[in-house]
Amino acid sequence: MNCNCAEKLKQKLEPFLKNYTEGSLIPILQKAQEVYGWLPDDVLEHIARKTGVKPAKIIGVVSFYTQFRTKPVGKNLILLCQGTACHVNGSAEIERVIRDILKTEEGGITEDGKFTYNNVACLGCCSLAPAMMIGARTFGKLTRESVVEILNEY
Amino acid sequence: MNIKVGMGSCGIAAGAGDIFYNLEKAGLKPAPVGCNGMCNLEPIVEIDGKMYTQVTDIDEILNGTKLPLETKQNQSRIALRNCGNINPENIDEYIGSGGYAPLNLTPEEIIGQLKVSGLSGRGGAGFPTWFKWQAARDSAGDKKYVICNADEGDPGAFMDRAILEGDPHTVLEGMIIAAYAIGADEGIIYVRAEYPLAIKRLETAIEQARERSYLGDKFDIKIKAGAGAFVCGEETALIASLEGERGMPRLKPPFPAQKGFWGKPSNINNVETYANIPWIIQNSGMAANTKVFALTGKIVKGGLAEVPMGCTIREVVYDVGGGITGGKEFKAVQMGGPSGGCIPASLQDTPITYEALAATGAIMGSGGMVVMDESSCMVDMARFFLDFTCKESCGKCVHCRIGNRRLLEILERICDGNGRENDIDLLEELSEEIKAGSLCALGQTAPNPVLTTLKYFKNEYEDHIKNKKCPAKCCKPLLTFSIDLTKCKKCSLCVKRCAADAIDDFTIINEKCTKCGICADVCKFEAVNVT
Repeated sequence: MNCNCAEKLKQKLEPFLKNYTEGSLIPILQKAQEVYGWLPDDVLEHIARKTGVKPAKIIGVVSFYTQFRTKPVGKNLILLCQGTACHVNGSAEIERVIRDILKTEEGGITEDGKFTYNNVACLGCCSLAPAMMIGARTFGKLTRESVVEILNEY
Repeated sequence: MNIKVGMGSCGIAAGAGDIFYNLEKAGLKPAPVGCNGMCNLEPIVEIDGKMYTQVTDIDEILNGTKLPLETKQNQSRIALRNCGNINPENIDEYIGSGGYAPLNLTPEEIIGQLKVSGLSGRGGAGFPTWFKWQAARDSAGDKKYVICNADEGDPGAFMDRAILEGDPHTVLEGMIIAAYAIGADEGIIYVRAEYPLAIKRLETAIEQARERSYLGDKFDIKIKAGAGAFVCGEETALIASLEGERGMPRLKPPFPAQKGFWGKPSNINNVETYANIPWIIQNSGMAANTKVFALTGKIVKGGLAEVPMGCTIREVVYDVGGGITGGKEFKAVQMGGPSGGCIPASLQDTPITYEALAATGAIMGSGGMVVMDESSCMVDMARFFLDFTCKESCGKCVHCRIGNRRLLEILERICDGNGRENDIDLLEELSEEIKAGSLCALGQTAPNPVLTTLKYFKNEYEDHIKNKKCPAKCCKPLLTFSIDLTKCKKCSLCVKRCAADAIDDFTIINEKCTKCGICADVCKFEAVNVT
């Protein structure tokens, strides 16, 4: 997917691309995702041209790591923890409730563009299980009811 | 007044940030400290040594209406010795606690002390640390690296995060000692991108250590944020990732100590291993005989526990963890994450040592300890871990890439009630082949959760396959919901809450029921039977 982003945005990447050294592809991709929110094809092509790394290799790296997204996301990104402690404490049921409310599958954007939810391996807040993050905020000890309340706040 | 607020990620998630802000607003000078391990009691405020837990209103502690905690948890802390005691963003407090003491030893003496201490890798494999250091020291080369593996990917484990957030300087000092011992001039910390607070505190700590010249020309450290791949915890995959490649493991030897980052000798240890090193050197090679565990799941006092090696699982679960939540029965403990196994309650007197745990079929692992009660289904647990390993397999070895996928499919059909007669034999056979045919530890250990649950809970598998029943009442497709009209008071709460409109005249219509279980949860009269 392309973003057809303005040139201005691409300029934000320039200082990082200029300092490219062998091995620094991952930090550049992380920076690009920070700027755009996701990694559009045209941005990846731009990175390939500027660094001389083959596009196939870039796609290989992007598809390997879970952090990288090749599709845009909603305004608020929900990271629903599916770690062991959360699983034991009922994260599957929490996911079902979220899916019902948002009416979208994992990775999709809600109709109003407000949310995307992704399952993640472990947020490391196991004592708060089941837990999720929205943006930088962590919510713990989720129940069917509290999830509804939290989503209504946004 | 000396005020400390626990400001680890879990403390902040529980509301410690607001408490901290309110204390400052009240004109006090609180200091942020790391996690002290009592995650179940967050947010925690300590005033002049008195500990107040689950604080919601600072007035309550200031005017004395809230009482402090009477006893602290009984633990032996080495790796976590400073967590929760010092401000991780203040190097002077670390120095004040004995950190960055001058080193009057030769590199050989340091390695000798490590050998005496018997320190083994805390990341899971338990390989003797001194041996790795000696090998890296003996490798020829003018450029060597010291790498810290902080890519803590085990679901259900957060020991490394707590150390990085609570006491980053001890990790830096451990790496500085390692660099001196093996002759390295560059250090790298490979840390999970999911740990933003840990990264921030490490950056601050590195900056402070540079100002005091603990880091600088001779040896400096930089941080690389991982991009989310469990397999990068394997050292050769970690190196590939540092080099900007897909994180895929390669065959050893050559070991990283011989040919590591950019082909140069590299020493890789885990966060907890490095955190032990300054203590060992300060105590002239005394054995750091503890292990940190992240105690989670169905346990009353979940959190971090650093316990002496050799204590039993029972002691950790009951004495440190306070037993099982809701008065339910202890069923099993899962140790070592996706590479480990489930140890049944009948073996709870197993001492926590590398050997004794390996004998059960589980492993010590990095320290995740997930406690399960009677409502946890063991087949579902095996399915859960296989789902994780399938997603995280790098795809290099056929056995790991495809074999684990087949294992998962078999487990899924058993959980869905479509298990076949010979599925148990098939699981065992396939598991052994995957173990034999995989290159790295991820594939070699992936079938462990299947093998240990089969070993100790075979009857649960048989119930799923032959009787189409889940004894733990966890696998939804195998459950049937019905209303016991002799107990039902016709309050209609279940009818109102049923999203599938599946309750008609206080009878559950099986064709419509989605088996979400909400009717059983909301019923005050226990009139919903689950079978």
